[in-house]
Amino acid sequence: MNLTLKVWRQKDESSKGRMVDYKVTDISEHMSFLEMMDVLNEQLINTGEEPVAFDHDCREGICGMCSMYINGEAHGPDRGVTTCQLHMRMFKDGDTITIEPFRAAAFPVIKDLVVDRSSFERIQQAGGYISVNTSGNTQDANAIPISKHAADEAMDAATCIGCGACVATCKNSSAMLFVGAKVSQYALLPQGQVEAADRVKNMVAQMDLEGFGNCTNTGACEIECPKGISLENIARMNRELMKATFK
Amino acid sequence: MALNSKVPKGPIKDKWTDYKNHIDLVNPANKRNIDIIVVGTGLAGGSACATLAELGYNVKAFAYQDSPRRAHSIAAQGGINAAKNYQGDGDSTYRLFYDTVKGGDYRSREANVYRLAEVSANIIDQCVAQGVPFARDYGGLLDNRSFGGVLVSRTFYAKGQTGQQLLLGAYSAMNRQIARGKIEMFNRHEMLDVVKVDGKARGIIARNLITGEIERHSAHAVVIASGGYGNVYFLSTNAMGSNATAAWKIHKKGAYFANPCYTQIHPTCIPRSGDYQSKLTLMSESLRNDGRIWVPKNMDDVKAIREGRKKPTDLSEDERDYYLERRYPAFGNLVPRDVASRAAKERCDAGYGVNATGEAVYLDFKSAIERYGREQAKIHGIDNPSEAKIYELGQAIVEEKYGNLFQMYEKIVDQNPYKTPMMIYPATHYTMGGVWVDYNLMTTVDGLYCIGEANFSDHGANRLGASALMQGLADGYFVLPYTIGDYLSGDIRTGKIPTDTKEFDEAENEVKSRIDFFINNKGEHSVDYYHKKLGKIMWEKCGMSRNEKGLKEAMSEIKELREDFWKNVTVPGNADEMNPELEKAGRVADFLELGELFAKDALERNESCGGHFREESVELDGEQKGEAKRNDKDFAFVSAWEYKGEPADAVLHKEELEFNDIELKQRSYK
Ligand SMILES: Cc1cc2nc3c(=O)[nH]c(=O)nc-3n(C[C@H](O)[C@H](O)[C@H](O)COP(=O)(O)OP(=O)(O)OC[C@H]3O[C@@H](n4cnc5c(N)ncnc54)[C@H](O)[C@@H]3O)c2cc1C
Ligand code: SF4
Ligand code: FES
Repeated sequence: MNLTLKVWRQKDESSKGRMVDYKVTDISEHMSFLEMMDVLNEQLINTGEEPVAFDHDCREGICGMCSMYINGEAHGPDRGVTTCQLHMRMFKDGDTITIEPFRAAAFPVIKDLVVDRSSFERIQQAGGYISVNTSGNTQDANAIPISKHAADEAMDAATCIGCGACVATCKNSSAMLFVGAKVSQYALLPQGQVEAADRVKNMVAQMDLEGFGNCTNTGACEIECPKGISLENIARMNRELMKATFK
Repeated sequence: MALNSKVPKGPIKDKWTDYKNHIDLVNPANKRNIDIIVVGTGLAGGSACATLAELGYNVKAFAYQDSPRRAHSIAAQGGINAAKNYQGDGDSTYRLFYDTVKGGDYRSREANVYRLAEVSANIIDQCVAQGVPFARDYGGLLDNRSFGGVLVSRTFYAKGQTGQQLLLGAYSAMNRQIARGKIEMFNRHEMLDVVKVDGKARGIIARNLITGEIERHSAHAVVIASGGYGNVYFLSTNAMGSNATAAWKIHKKGAYFANPCYTQIHPTCIPRSGDYQSKLTLMSESLRNDGRIWVPKNMDDVKAIREGRKKPTDLSEDERDYYLERRYPAFGNLVPRDVASRAAKERCDAGYGVNATGEAVYLDFKSAIERYGREQAKIHGIDNPSEAKIYELGQAIVEEKYGNLFQMYEKIVDQNPYKTPMMIYPATHYTMGGVWVDYNLMTTVDGLYCIGEANFSDHGANRLGASALMQGLADGYFVLPYTIGDYLSGDIRTGKIPTDTKEFDEAENEVKSRIDFFINNKGEHSVDYYHKKLGKIMWEKCGMSRNEKGLKEAMSEIKELREDFWKNVTVPGNADEMNPELEKAGRVADFLELGELFAKDALERNESCGGHFREESVELDGEQKGEAKRNDKDFAFVSAWEYKGEPADAVLHKEELEFNDIELKQRSYK
């Protein structure tokens, strides 16, 4: 395949960025999208130009690092996948593909397609944990039975990879799906219930402080989420917050 | 320097308890005055950071990703072992110890492995308390599965995402300490050297990967938890950024490097489909419970398949060579990882590989689907079910067991594995070698520790499934926090370590001049060009099977490649900005040295053991004819290499392995 790429180039956070056109040739349909980007970069290096910076690591859809906005969609046109799992067979010979960084006020651009998602970290530091001593003197793991249903549901919420696609795709740049997933995991398990009220209040407060927008129930986040995190988690977070506020 | 493993005296089952009873402790008020640097925040580093901070030390943590949650540990699929014996099937600390030593082909340190088995049960308690959503049965208790090489069900799991959930657990414990100010987290920072003062590790030089700034950080002790070096092969199941730099840099500063040639090749990965490929994807080993492995018997069929004239499903059973079942009737498709990998390579080398590159064998679920289908038809009382009905019923069972893996395969290969056999091929996976450490997890440099996949001690020459996660968390939560305290008790009056000293100056200058070189050397080849070439040499000559001639060639070819690299590599961009090519250049430069030491170690070890098959060392007759031949008389030692400049000049030190509680036996799978 031969393709035209329109790629966002930006030197650093304070510089102005712009779209630049590149051509790539001989792209195999078996390549992943990131391998296609490798081809582009190899080509740029060989002509003495700076390659395009983009985030990636595991390349198997689990680390949450890769983060491109492709043809107007977070992680591109395929459903339920990250960019590293997106394959070139989703495109046709001669296509023009637009590639931009995730855009949200709370995710400033660091360089080219790389954005800073540390706002997610700070939200978790505000309370996304259970305050248990890591000394190895905890009670036996089977001392508190947990229903299979609750464990499975907590697991579904816990599969969020922190990629930020939900934020990037939301017209309000809301982080509610991410925070909802985190809050839900702990809300569904008996451990850590004593601090549940503080947890949700603090996490939501930090989320607001970071400059994420509000949820207006558009549901775009759920559609673009590579891990199928459902809107139910946002509803659960809101219930938890109500409970905590009127306690 | 003579190697001292510092293994405590006494019966194996009392060693760790006695040890803990007699070490020096640091008073909590003094812990506040002590700083510890931890490089790496995967399972090993993350758990260590959380616990050290909990104890009261000041922790500075470093990771090259933008968050601890993205460390390579996130990718682990299958599960984590622990001798809980919840299933009542006879598991015990001793049995886990025994399986691990035997699985590692008797090349690990007995006392370390026993301690690992001993603390394994605590790990599960700890993780559950943190809210890790392990799988549960209908009674609400924890569920277990079984893994290759063992006879009990001791593997705890969270769907196919166990590593992810364990890491998120450790990361949440870290977050609690970050919020309290006990951990200072340096994301997007890469350690580029260690700083020694009076022979002790007292700090590191790191590069801020966003601004390019070179920073000095001091501490009373330094812990390396930087993961494995499988990416020396270029293609592997590791994350793209996984590297050897931290481990290699400390090696150059005096830490011995142990058993570099012990690499695990995992048999069930999705094969390479072309030269552009950047990494290989693992398919869980559990698939071999139901899949049968084969290649065509006749070369004509191989050709026809490769040219697309025939489909695998066109071949009848007697036109197929189920080579594992043929060679290993007792274990069949369930032989251990090393045996399965070698057998696949043997068939492909003989020309029977079934994909375009000739590097793939089939993993076929047809018989399993039919078997399950018939069973289901019986259960549902369906008489004379049609073939289609049988298939439908059977497919539902296979989907329930392995659905997510089949989906992943289909995404990558674009073929439906329920309809046509999967293609698989072995790939580099896990490195059992690493920095040499004593019983305290301290390297040969005072105050410098190494934990997790980056060290060498617990897996011998072959790692059993679900044991890496166990080791990482055992080291971080339960072992290091004790052993490091014993060392730091001597440092309570030292006070802050200054960074404006000549030792820091020197280390920083070294790092800077190397970076300057890369930026200013306007060569003609990209970093990847060299990495790919190195990977090819490693795979062909230091891969699953090795021989003297090939290893010698590898050593000189790698040296040549390294020399060319230092002349002709090109790195675009600048040093004072985010520059992924510059990051890669430093990592590949280190791989180019490690690779040569790897070959030298393999050359020295003239025996076949674990994942390492030496062609000169095979069983010549008897039942084991043609199989790997271990040589306990001459090679029951750990090779620990001391740096002396060029990798070829490294000096070998031997730690003789003692087995007092386990008898050394031949492994047979016939
Ligand atoms: C696909 C796959 C599946 C697996 N499945 C299983 C399984 O089911 N069960 C099992 O037990 N094991 C499994 N393993 C193995 C296991 O995941 C790893 O061995 C283990 O997670 C390694 O943990 P670690 O903490 O030692 O290193 P890692 O998780 O690799 O962490 C390394 C850390 O070091 C940091 N780092 C590295 N270099 C530097 C530097 N120079 N400066 C700063 N920071 C640095 C990184 O940022 C990272 O934080 C699997 C591995 C793979 C690849
Ligand atoms: S909720 Fe989904 S889209 Fe949002 S961060 Fe988590 S995995 Fe990504
Ligand atoms: S690179 Fe890890 S999710 Fe894409």
